[in-house]
Amino acid sequence: MVKPSTSDQYTIAVPEGLELDRTGRLELYYFMALNRKLEERLGLLYRQNKVVGGLYSSLGQEACSVGTAYALERGDFLGPMIRNLGSLLVRGVRPTDVMAQYCARAIGPTRGKDLNVHFGWVERGLIAPISVVGALIPVMAGIALEMKMHSKKQVALTYIGDGGMSTTDFHEGMNFAGVHKLPLILIVENNLWAYSTHVSKQANVVDLAVRAESYGCYGEIVDGNNVLAMLDATRRARARCLAGEGPVMLEAKTFRRKGHAEHDDAGYVPSEQRAEWEKKDPIDAYRRFLVERRVVDSAQEIDEIDAKIVAILESAANEALSAPFPDPSIVTENVYG
Amino acid sequence: MAVTTYIDAIREGIWEEMEKDESVFILGEDVGIYGGAFKVTKGMLDKFGPMRVIDTPISESAIVGAAIGAALVGMRPVAEMQFIDFISCAFDQIVNFAAKCRYRWGAGVPIVVRGPSGGGVHGGPFHSQNPEAYFFNVPGLKIVCPSTAYDAKGLIKAAIRDPDPVLYFEHKYLYRRIKEDLPAEDFVVPIGKAILRREGEDLSIITYGAMVYKALEAAEALAQMGIDVEVLDLRSILPLDEEAILTTAKKTSKVIVLHEATLTGGPGGEVVARIAEKAFEYLDGPIVRIAPPDTPVPYSPPLEEAFLPQTKDIVEKAKKLAAY
Amino acid sequence: MVERNTMTKNARYVHVPDDETKIRMLHFMKLVREIEDRIEKKLYRQGRIVGGVYVGRGQEAISVGTAIHMEKDDVVAPSHRDMGVFLMRGVTPRRIIAQYMGRRTGLTRGRDGNMHMGDMNYNVIAFVSHLGDNVPVAAGVALAFKQRGQKQVALCYNGEGATSRGDWHEGINFASIHKLPVTFFINNNAYAYSTPIELQMAVKDVAVRAAGYGIPGEVVDGNDILAVYDSGKRAIDLARSGGGPSIVEYKTFRMTGHSAHDDAGYVPPELFDEWKRKDPITRFEKALLEEGALTQARLDEMQRECALIVDDAVEWAEQQPYPAAEEVTKDVYYEGT
Repeated sequence: MVKPSTSDQYTIAVPEGLELDRTGRLELYYFMALNRKLEERLGLLYRQNKVVGGLYSSLGQEACSVGTAYALERGDFLGPMIRNLGSLLVRGVRPTDVMAQYCARAIGPTRGKDLNVHFGWVERGLIAPISVVGALIPVMAGIALEMKMHSKKQVALTYIGDGGMSTTDFHEGMNFAGVHKLPLILIVENNLWAYSTHVSKQANVVDLAVRAESYGCYGEIVDGNNVLAMLDATRRARARCLAGEGPVMLEAKTFRRKGHAEHDDAGYVPSEQRAEWEKKDPIDAYRRFLVERRVVDSAQEIDEIDAKIVAILESAANEALSAPFPDPSIVTENVYG
Repeated sequence: MAVTTYIDAIREGIWEEMEKDESVFILGEDVGIYGGAFKVTKGMLDKFGPMRVIDTPISESAIVGAAIGAALVGMRPVAEMQFIDFISCAFDQIVNFAAKCRYRWGAGVPIVVRGPSGGGVHGGPFHSQNPEAYFFNVPGLKIVCPSTAYDAKGLIKAAIRDPDPVLYFEHKYLYRRIKEDLPAEDFVVPIGKAILRREGEDLSIITYGAMVYKALEAAEALAQMGIDVEVLDLRSILPLDEEAILTTAKKTSKVIVLHEATLTGGPGGEVVARIAEKAFEYLDGPIVRIAPPDTPVPYSPPLEEAFLPQTKDIVEKAKKLAAY
Repeated sequence: MVERNTMTKNARYVHVPDDETKIRMLHFMKLVREIEDRIEKKLYRQGRIVGGVYVGRGQEAISVGTAIHMEKDDVVAPSHRDMGVFLMRGVTPRRIIAQYMGRRTGLTRGRDGNMHMGDMNYNVIAFVSHLGDNVPVAAGVALAFKQRGQKQVALCYNGEGATSRGDWHEGINFASIHKLPVTFFINNNAYAYSTPIELQMAVKDVAVRAAGYGIPGEVVDGNDILAVYDSGKRAIDLARSGGGPSIVEYKTFRMTGHSAHDDAGYVPPELFDEWKRKDPITRFEKALLEEGALTQARLDEMQRECALIVDDAVEWAEQQPYPAAEEVTKDVYYEGT
């Protein structure tokens, strides 16, 4: 059921010149909905004590993960952060892999060695993050360096939060990328909260994109809840990188709708702020857009996509939960090559 | 006397020092409004205000660096690392600035850098580390690892009052699992002094942190088998209480060194070396080390269980040593 | 956003020193030059110095023109090319030379070498080789001042190379959020060892980065003592009055190698020629002679005075004992003194 837009409602503005066919427009919906429903399912599993370790959500930020990752092409490298599950789904990671990983099962991509999004495959262009935020930036700069060295028509893309921008690695990584004009795209997801720290205590500026100039790179502010805007901005960023213009910093204005993690009720977030951003839900807005712009013939088509997702997740959950835990004998494997 | 958990003991210790001494203050991520990720600093913002309980950006290097600067001009900062695993981001400030100021130019740096260490909570590689070995080899630093609520309170006070930089590694597994009656009056546990947790005649287990409890459990089981085990809780890793180490080694002549930091390069090697150097004639068997294998801390429960030393591992090794 | 302040007339400046202060500043600049020339060009080459030598030739105006504004209880965290700071804080040339010679009566009693010296009795924090580390430390000092409601300021000096380090970013970010009474001076001498600016950063001016922290940034001719004096006072006054931190970037040139052993063959010789013509001491002497604040006779006398001071310092220092071997383990920890 998709309620029609009212005049003061948040609507998806279509970026001028955006080329995206019907399939693409529907795929964006699919991945955002998959992102959300997968995380809802993980939340359920967490409360059933099936998820091992902490659970972090990207509720309200699906357009950032999906829109940006969708702009990438074959050969590009992605370095996701904890709230970018959606980007991994766009790049082909299966829900089963995610659930097995979060439930510490032997069939998960790290076979139980590490948790949540800390997984990757170099051969698929996916680099696993660590818990130290910012650390991925110099690493992805290094990957971009190799691309430049070998004149590859590829880019490296990674994310940082408003909190992570305070770190040494952010500064050193961006400076390095700027000096060497590396094809690195940094998506700054300014979701206003780093755990309980409001962005005003994290930085003395309102728009973090002003820091782009500090590194000699192009910076832009984007509506982080508009998946088309995120896609468009990332595509243009990619074009800049490929033209040798150096790194790009895109600041996505968005909001962290849940706590830092499942265990955090985020009582420190003013309820009016939460209510304001709920009205700008990226998926609701995009649904309205699809119907009103007649990308779909009716809301039913969207419901069918939703139903498909539910079935996929059901099957993935079954597969993940019936998988065994890893055998203790593997604990000392793969420390070295 | 009041029954106090390990975590509340830390909070009380800091709170009391802050009440006594205006120069003591806290800085770290989410320590103010949120009261800290584990609630160690709960209530402190309301009581002491935002200039003494500072919510910082994600900047471990700046957190420790600023602590150093404030300490140079007479403050007594207590810097929190949200998980001790993040202390690596401040490695440079700790080892190159804090540790060396007094030696180089006579300036004391009375800072405390504290945070939750240790595994057993499905935290995975970056929320479960025991980092004492990285700093063990840095003269100028002190390192403490309390295992009881009493020591947690006494050692945080000692650390805050110490004129030199102290790394205070609390164990997150013990936060709410350990509690005891604490005296109402002010008390301090001296840095550099170990304590016997159990007296015995046949075999010594030298350990610290959460492993103390595994050692005591093993000692109970071994008692049933007629093996009388002594358990020495180091409490301080740097400086080590060499006298206590040698005394127990000479008493029982059979020693196990146990810790949760990984085996190679862990602080246990230093303990073994000192016994071998200074109590060699007293030994009736090889010194045995028990520690996790040389891997990152794994996440999935069976892997983490295989990684962490378990009571049965200790019992088995102790039986073998006792029979040597 | 970034103001540019280039040398010309007195009338451009808010703060102009009186004649006595001008002579005083000239004296210190000349003394710095004399000490450093003696150390680098004579003593080092004669094997009478222990370890490496780093001088700030050509950059004397920067430390002198800023440190002149320090009050007794202000605290300073200099870098390695800020000899002027030490002299103006009251550290004698004797003890500085003894420091370079590794003697027991040098500032660190032989514990550390060359400019790695400090003494809280003079409110000078000893820098570490890890450039940028002093930034969070200076911020911490300023934090203490603010916590205690004191009117002191902290001053922090770094080269442009140090600004690439994460600690620089984290420290300034922290200071900006809390509006701490600390001022950050950047000695941009165009080379970090053999690394020219364009390989160090992708911005033309370090001061551009001030905007990323929401603080003022200014670019100043670092070879014009009057411009340094003016900008230094404005920035320090801002911090002292509660206006928070700022970045003042002094453009200058390193008229020597990175250290005494480096012949700087990588620097195009024309640059040395160009900047020699802008020598801060020569320029100032000429201006003072022209305006009649100084006579040639007095100038010659000042030169002789500096030479005599340094002669005395060298003679004294060479008579000083080395530290005793037993002292090696002292003062690792507090020993009650």
